[in-house]
Amino acid sequence: MNSLVADHQVLEPFRAGSMAELFVVASPDGERRLLKRPKLGFGSHPACYAGFETEQMILARLSGPHVPRCHAQGEDDAGPWLILEQVAGPSLEAIAAGAPLPPAEVARLGLLLADALHALHRQDVVHHDLTPAHVLLDPARGAVLIDFGLACHGGLPDLAGAETDSALGAPAIIAPEQLLGRRGDPRSDIYAAGAILYRLATGRYPFGDARNAWDMQRRRWFDPVPPRRLNPDVPAWLQEVVLRCLAVRPERRYASAAQLAHDLAHPDQVAIGARGRQARRGGLRLALRRWWAERALAGAVPATPTLQLERAPHVLVAIDTDHHDAALAAALQLAVRRLVAHDPHWRITCIGVLEPSIVTEQEEGAEIERSLHTAQLAALHHWARPLELPRERLRFHVLTGGDAAALIVDHARRAHADHIVVGARGSSALRRFLGSVSARVVAEAPCSVTVVRAPFAPDAY
Amino acid sequence: MKRAILSDIHANLEALTACLAHAERQGAQAYAFLGDLVGYGADPHACLDLVRRHAADGAIVVRGNHDEAALGGLCADMSFIAREAAVWTRGQLAPDERAFLAGLPDSVAHAGAPAQLFVHASANRPTEWEYLAGTNAVARCLAATDAGLVFAGHVHQPLFYFSARGRMTAFAPQPGIAVPISTSRRWLALAGSVGQPRDGNPAASYLLYDDALRLLTNHRVPYDWLRAADKIRAAGLPASLAARLEHGA
Repeated sequence: MNSLVADHQVLEPFRAGSMAELFVVASPDGERRLLKRPKLGFGSHPACYAGFETEQMILARLSGPHVPRCHAQGEDDAGPWLILEQVAGPSLEAIAAGAPLPPAEVARLGLLLADALHALHRQDVVHHDLTPAHVLLDPARGAVLIDFGLACHGGLPDLAGAETDSALGAPAIIAPEQLLGRRGDPRSDIYAAGAILYRLATGRYPFGDARNAWDMQRRRWFDPVPPRRLNPDVPAWLQEVVLRCLAVRPERRYASAAQLAHDLAHPDQVAIGARGRQARRGGLRLALRRWWAERALAGAVPATPTLQLERAPHVLVAIDTDHHDAALAAALQLAVRRLVAHDPHWRITCIGVLEPSIVTEQEEGAEIERSLHTAQLAALHHWARPLELPRERLRFHVLTGGDAAALIVDHARRAHADHIVVGARGSSALRRFLGSVSARVVAEAPCSVTVVRAPFAPDAY
Repeated sequence: MKRAILSDIHANLEALTACLAHAERQGAQAYAFLGDLVGYGADPHACLDLVRRHAADGAIVVRGNHDEAALGGLCADMSFIAREAAVWTRGQLAPDERAFLAGLPDSVAHAGAPAQLFVHASANRPTEWEYLAGTNAVARCLAATDAGLVFAGHVHQPLFYFSARGRMTAFAPQPGIAVPISTSRRWLALAGSVGQPRDGNPAASYLLYDDALRLLTNHRVPYDWLRAADKIRAAGLPASLAARLEHGA
């Protein structure tokens, strides 16, 4: 073993897993980093090398706060190597040891995980080996995902998948379609996130540790025990969210990690269905039906992660309920209808902005604000009603603050919005007085923005 | 250094100039032309002129079956339309152009890590013009060479193959996304066609290989295929050759 790799001084062994070894190294300017090498040689798994190659290939293409930075990579006499950033923070595995955790804590951790997962999927990558040990919680960055040896990139050869015909993934967490060798579907990671949430909420995985083949395979046909039966403290909304992640068929899960994050951030908006209330799991008849459906579905090819996300846009509609304009409201509705017409997995959030009143300091002020808030919500529901969209796809939020544009942009960022629809103020006098919210949203939004204008009325001439 | 790999130009000047300009913008400093410089298209002189100028600057050029057909012979294994185009091309070529085509090698090996081989059809008996359709043909091709990375054309559709567990796995490259070429595997890259794409996308296809970073990228370049098709019709070549440029099929 060289004591110097790419000008990094090798200090000490850090950890050895089954596939790779890690060493602490010091960069030329003294920063502590990790050196990773695959375990090669006699007795090593043939997938070790392919896994390491996959990780080299994918980490070099990932960026952002939710993955470790890849400082250098290469190959020397001892084999290929990677020099990675050493991420601070405990792993989710250390935290999961204390499960069952309080529901609010499960939701908080799940939100961090879902945010990180969405950032990964947006870069056209599916992790495929999401376990609590592969999630680090950095206080400043949120969740950081590590270990990309089984990952799959929508635009690159699937080296890990080509290496073996057997299922790749952690037995307790692996998604049913991965057991059938289907790779590249981001909803497989959403299943894994559901399995992790299940454990955080109940203290065990949905199908136990899955040490034998039956425990591993039965998730293809059977439901897990509803979390509320194992832990009565789990609220119905959380069970709804967790079981939706764990649906057998990928198309019945959340269409994107962004949608999962959004539900975890806003439990009051989760539409609780039979799944959330059920106290027993589906029986043998359901399992037989799934067995048959799986046979009928065999060979279905998943889309690339990017294509899957493109079909699941999160559209924010900013609605000005204070200056009601029927023509503009209708134009907004038309724009929203057109936007989601071709995407099967869209989600729409209707946003209203409430300016804080000067009297909120006093007790009756707070009450006035609560009632204004309720009135705003009612107005948003009223706006959405003519769209005749399923309630389950709609979310409503009233944001409070003086700067509407900043609130909308900030919400779009946190909710991973893909598109903002905002109305332009029709009258120039109003615009002059209030400033243009839409222009600032266009300038500052993290995504595409559609500015909708009502058709000119004849009397404008 | 980045090398642009252009195959199956088929005397399509509009496609060739568009690809060369694109490659230059991408920083290409070296070139390889994988044969079928002529045949089907209406601009054999201008295309050969461009390729010969690059060859004089050190570009790799190998001969394809349509180049061979343009020199003579019965072309018994060609379709009726391909034969008609070959006969038309024969009538166009000047002696020095014939001499250039006649002097081209069947394949060119290039040292490097990995070692590379440039060939029109297959490294396995190159002049039998075997189509690399499927993993068996690809395996035969790779068995005939020690090169870790083989560049081939002839198939008119960009497709990569890599070795895993002793067999070859196909991978359809996404335009513009660089694929890392590892030295621990063997690779075969079909360049697609510059002058007559047949995969439903009329945009010209070529490859760009960065041998320092070992990154291989397939690029699709839109060009003026309406003009190229008009020239084919005006030259009196079969009209179906013009129509297929517009559909990329």
